[in-house]
Amino acid sequence: MFIQLMNSLALGMNLFIIAVGLTLIFGVLRVINFAHGSFFMIGAYVLYSVVKRTGDTALGFWGGIVVAMLVLGFIAWLVERFLLRRLYDKEHLLQLVFTFALVLIVGDLVKIIWGPLQHSISYPPGFGGATDLGISRYPTYMLFLILSGPVIAVSLWLILEKTRWGRIIRAARLDRQMLSALGVNVKAVYSAVFVAGAMLAGLGGALAAPRLAVEPGMDALIIIDCFIVVIVGGLGSLWGSFFGAIILGVATIFGTLIFGEWEIVIVYILMVAVLLWRPWGLLGRIEEDRH
Amino acid sequence: MRPRGGVQWTLFGLFLVALVPVVGERYYVDLTTQILIYALFALSLNILVGYCGNLSFGHAAFFAIGGYACVILTTTYEVTLIISLGLSVLISAVAAAAIGYVCVRLAAMHFAMLTLAFSMLVWSIAIKWTPVTGGDDGFVGATLPDLISNPVSFFYFALLIFSTGLILLRVICTSTFGRAMIAIRENETRATFMGMDVRKIRLQAFTIAGAFAGLAGALLGLYNRGMYPESAFWTESGQVLIMVLLGGMHSFIGPVLGAAALYILETMINQYTEYWQIVLGVILLGVVLIAPDGLAGLLSGFRKRKDDSVTGVDSE
Repeated sequence: MFIQLMNSLALGMNLFIIAVGLTLIFGVLRVINFAHGSFFMIGAYVLYSVVKRTGDTALGFWGGIVVAMLVLGFIAWLVERFLLRRLYDKEHLLQLVFTFALVLIVGDLVKIIWGPLQHSISYPPGFGGATDLGISRYPTYMLFLILSGPVIAVSLWLILEKTRWGRIIRAARLDRQMLSALGVNVKAVYSAVFVAGAMLAGLGGALAAPRLAVEPGMDALIIIDCFIVVIVGGLGSLWGSFFGAIILGVATIFGTLIFGEWEIVIVYILMVAVLLWRPWGLLGRIEEDRH
Repeated sequence: MRPRGGVQWTLFGLFLVALVPVVGERYYVDLTTQILIYALFALSLNILVGYCGNLSFGHAAFFAIGGYACVILTTTYEVTLIISLGLSVLISAVAAAAIGYVCVRLAAMHFAMLTLAFSMLVWSIAIKWTPVTGGDDGFVGATLPDLISNPVSFFYFALLIFSTGLILLRVICTSTFGRAMIAIRENETRATFMGMDVRKIRLQAFTIAGAFAGLAGALLGLYNRGMYPESAFWTESGQVLIMVLLGGMHSFIGPVLGAAALYILETMINQYTEYWQIVLGVILLGVVLIAPDGLAGLLSGFRKRKDDSVTGVDSE
């Protein structure tokens, strides 16, 4: 029972790191980024490439995570600066199909670069074993995943609430024209938010890599999990995606325990139930729906 | 004048399509049948996206529901073809009405996400309810009446269904109801002030779109002699949106062109490379950034497009 709970949290916190990037991007740019799962996948693959080159060293793993984030930051900057930027004032359909086109391109690029086969990454040195928690022993790496979630959540919250940059981002969510009139370079804010969101997806992908198989197609499933998290939590809400992720983690692990293979259906029913009760998600706000 | 010209061109187009089995090989007959099925699916989605301005990202749900309903009825329960077709449309419509009832409370991206959520619910049921749907492996071995069991007769059967769907959708779109949908798309607040029950009209549009998607799905099920859960997966909803966009959402016939273009492109590119998605992705980027009105927009040219912005989506 304790182990299941910890597993739920590990899964949930990993999902949170990925989903929070999606919610951040939506909150400011008003774009649902279907390519978020592709960013996640690239993160995992880049880490794989780095680790393969350096061997199973601590530097290789943690350095690889940094490299993965930088690669994604650069890709996201290119995408935003030269393509996505032209679409902010256009119809939602165009934005949606745009990010879907990225999904298609990245899906094939990954196959071309890394091949169609599965890869795996071992746990970083020092994280392969289990830690004694008093109640029971638990895999160290998963424990690290659990702790990484709140750390990221609190840091993001501090950045958003306590810094000048955070104030600008919050202002961009509320009224981009007013912000622009006040002399802030809104385009740069959008760029920065998109890059930051993509880097979070890359971080999530790299962190998830040791517990998953790194393979083509991992993007299509994770993006749906991310959607569930942000829909349940409320689009655009930081803490919403935090709690949404925990709920999805618990629903997935305990759903499997109780309902066996029907777990996935239970998860979707749960999501629909939340939406019937609160159409804008647990912590979402109704005004988030403006165009 | 224009709608009349549109009707003539459409009839001419259908006539040309009807000639495919006469002049073409089996391969082209199959290709055209698939195009017809997906064209109907895309047309039904365009009711929502192009006319009513509701971006649904879960339209595959009703496609799959119609498909599964049809193959299960004809095969497991041995219901006659016509009755199973009718029932699958009815089941899809009821499902769309129920799901739509919840979804139309939301607008814009929240609507898109909620429809996506429901379609994934349908997908998850399709892969897990193995005794009925065949689960992960899909429902295989559907039986067909002898009358439509060979490719050419099935082609004409599909063409008949497609034409019926096309005409019905055309009638719906040019009716007062069609005008009301356009009014909602253009300005929901103003439509409300004019006394329209916006939610009701959106729900009706959602139900109609679901019903026709179900019809297309039923055709696909019969064509493949089976149904697979991928038909409800979110990428399928994405693909049909691509067809709508590629053909031009601001045109009635656009989605048909889009479906044809997508299939023909896929076939052509597959001859050169196995990585056809990357080519499609690049084409889509081009369409989104350069020609957002799609093929129909390119065909009708600038002068006419200017015209459309006044009259709505009503031109070919």
